[in-house]
Amino acid sequence: MLDGIIIGDGVIGGMIARELTAWGAAVAILDKENDVAMGATRANSAIVHAGFDAKEGTLKARLNVRGSEMMEDVCRALGVKYKRNGSLVVGFSDEDKETLLALKARGEKNGVKALSLLDREALLKCEPNVGDNVTCALLAGTGAIVCPYELCIAAIGNAMDNGAALYLNFEVSAIERTKEGYRVTAADGRTLEGAFVVNCAGVYSDKIAAMIGGASFTVTPRRGEYILLDKGAGHTVTHTVFRCPSKMGKGILVTPTVDGNLLLGPTAENISDKSDVRTTKEGLARVRAQAGEQVKNIDFSKSITTFAGLRSVGSTGDFIIGAAAPRFINVAGIESPGLSAAPAIAEYVRELLIKEGVSLKKRADFHPFRRPMHEFAYMSNEEKNEVIKKDPAYAHVICRCETVSEGEILSALRQNPKPTDVDGVKRRTRSGMGRCQGGFCAPYITELIAKELGVDETEVTKFGKGSKMNVGYTKK
Amino acid sequence: MKQIEKELVIIGGGPAGLAAAVAAYDKGQRDILILERDCALGGILRQCIHNGFGLHRFGEELTGPEYAHRYVEMVSARGIPYMTETMVTELFPDRTVIARNAEMGIFEIRAGAVILAMGCRERPKGALGIAGARPAGIYTAGTAQKFVNVKGMMPGREVVILGSGDIGLIMARRMTLEGARVKAVCELMPYSGGLARNIEQCLNDFNIPLLLSHTVVDIHGKERLEAVTVARVDESRRPIAGTEQTILCDTLLLSCGLIPENELTAMAGIPIDRVTGGARVNGNRESAIPGIFACGNVLHVHDLVDYVSEEAAIAGEAAVRFLRGEEKNERISVSVKTDGRVRYTVPQLLTEAKDTRLYFRVSDVFRDKSIVLSAGGKVFYEKKALKLAPGEMETVTVKAEWLKEIREGTLSIGLADKRRTSK
Repeated sequence: MLDGIIIGDGVIGGMIARELTAWGAAVAILDKENDVAMGATRANSAIVHAGFDAKEGTLKARLNVRGSEMMEDVCRALGVKYKRNGSLVVGFSDEDKETLLALKARGEKNGVKALSLLDREALLKCEPNVGDNVTCALLAGTGAIVCPYELCIAAIGNAMDNGAALYLNFEVSAIERTKEGYRVTAADGRTLEGAFVVNCAGVYSDKIAAMIGGASFTVTPRRGEYILLDKGAGHTVTHTVFRCPSKMGKGILVTPTVDGNLLLGPTAENISDKSDVRTTKEGLARVRAQAGEQVKNIDFSKSITTFAGLRSVGSTGDFIIGAAAPRFINVAGIESPGLSAAPAIAEYVRELLIKEGVSLKKRADFHPFRRPMHEFAYMSNEEKNEVIKKDPAYAHVICRCETVSEGEILSALRQNPKPTDVDGVKRRTRSGMGRCQGGFCAPYITELIAKELGVDETEVTKFGKGSKMNVGYTKK
Repeated sequence: MKQIEKELVIIGGGPAGLAAAVAAYDKGQRDILILERDCALGGILRQCIHNGFGLHRFGEELTGPEYAHRYVEMVSARGIPYMTETMVTELFPDRTVIARNAEMGIFEIRAGAVILAMGCRERPKGALGIAGARPAGIYTAGTAQKFVNVKGMMPGREVVILGSGDIGLIMARRMTLEGARVKAVCELMPYSGGLARNIEQCLNDFNIPLLLSHTVVDIHGKERLEAVTVARVDESRRPIAGTEQTILCDTLLLSCGLIPENELTAMAGIPIDRVTGGARVNGNRESAIPGIFACGNVLHVHDLVDYVSEEAAIAGEAAVRFLRGEEKNERISVSVKTDGRVRYTVPQLLTEAKDTRLYFRVSDVFRDKSIVLSAGGKVFYEKKALKLAPGEMETVTVKAEWLKEIREGTLSIGLADKRRTSK
């Protein structure tokens, strides 16, 4: 029997798994998808918020500020790219300026450092492409960017390297209480038993909570659509540029990503289907229009993809974190600033489990470090040549747009958590994330995956289940 | 890092790079190196197993691999050195090239002259801004072509194709021959961007409907593609409400334009023509940086490989003249100005007073027009054209004597109305 079962392998599940593994728990992470990071973690704004948005006194505020402080060290240990680029909330009127002042005051109450209000002149000095009608801005020096799926993959990989187990395509269909804890059953009949359960199933966390009876909350998926631009447009802004918030969220933002792209979005639309990540014509038009108000000179001809993600909006307005039954912790409603708060949420869950009587003690033999996934890409040419000398596959470029080698792809295929589909390789190596969006490299990646898994090439999927890349062979 | 010196470095071993190498060799150049990123020479032709190549160049119909093979043979016969699985990652204005391969690691080449022949890529779905789901089963036509023709795999069985570019048309036929059902080819414009012969041989011969002024407005399916919604578009290419129809399919192929691969060109600081997406060049196909030339689809997208070979030979020979410091023609400075009906020309600049062939494309389908070349109010050339279409590249030769007369300034090229016509 396991110590604990973590349902959901997004960035929250991943950070919790790593924390609890570091504290000596033997945990299994399980998820209904074919890879980690397939829910909200796959598609969000990738921002480490400074912490001025959430209302003072809420869990959101507390865990955001704490998580934001922890993030840089966590990323360093996990070899995850992190950049403190600072964020700006821009306003267009005197009314907006009042809102910004209120945000600043709230941020200060929340304990956020380095907040200042800029007039247009000061703003233009730090962000020359800001829109012509912007009059003022709140600058948060501690705002940062990180890649959420990279963080999630690294956290789960690190937990696995330290003994955690990962069960994919494990769609939980029932949870029963047993004498020692809980039995979790999957739709395909597999079962796992653990002394405690952490439910961090994102938009499905209300459904999981209901399986032990009496869920006190619901989770609404709020869809956000994004447009991603090629690296050639990555320098349009250096800060993350938000606009004055509304009750539907922080509005459209324009931000560089840690990989050097430009990201625009998200829209905010409450929907009922928990798996509907379609983009819409209207949504994408809104992203273009609003982004253009905040920031000018956005070269939309450099758009390389559009996508949508779902935030988990809880019915209480705050993060819903707590024991619903003995040793059963719900971690639900983790919408923004969930990513920012993730390291602090993990710490908080660990404390809650101790309160629940779970015996946890920091392991002396836990290795907190993980080699960066993009280590090779960031080496000097001399360092790269040393690697190539040992393994010539690193000189064989498979993805030409992002310059990803066969060596890097094979390394990703062999590292925890091991990807088994094309999108999984993409998230780990960036192959297929560039200008041609996999047009040239997809056939090669398909072949490498098939070889590595020892399966027929027609079995390879884009993202698991029925998402086959090819449906069969040509005529013989 | 290893450093080597080469007189002529050719980036890309597809039809353009190979033809440039052969032309340079035949002009006496011996120190040449072709760098090819794929595992073999031949470029995209390796996957174009249909015929129709080489009618102009060789006077016979060849398949893509056959056409490529002719040039690979010429390269081999001349003993021109090349490296495969060798990716160029950097290009500097002083003609230093950084490349990598398994044998040499990352290495530096100091080149006397460089010919850019990197080809082009297809516009992906994300760049088209089509809304909807993102299931498996959506490929550019060229990716599907690689799966089918090189890997022997079928990306799907029930196909809709968006865009009637040549690769899309070719793939409509190819998928049909492999037993798939191509339900429709949708084209946003009121005309096809592909060659007339391809419409005939790839669609009409197989009863595949071509829906002009139609586009895909929604994509359905969570895992594998299940259907697309297509709609008719108005004159400003906006979908018309009420014209939507849903077509069940497991595959959507995109043939919506090709983009010259000019990342290295931009890295070297070479000015790019906004219309062609390639370097701005003179009659020698030389860019704004002396000694760096460009040819083939990296310069502008061609419809026939025969023209690629022709253009590459110009670049190859000019590179040799550059290396020798030869200059036999009178220097002039004439830039070519287009009227919008003519969308672009290559070359864009004329720097030598010699007969120079201008390649150009038009922006719409035009009937009964005349092609007019003029400068300073004087018409040098006027020729009637019954039909001009964006899918077909046209040529006109600028005479040395006209250039001597103009010397410095602008040569205008445009289409004049012959008489009142219906477009």
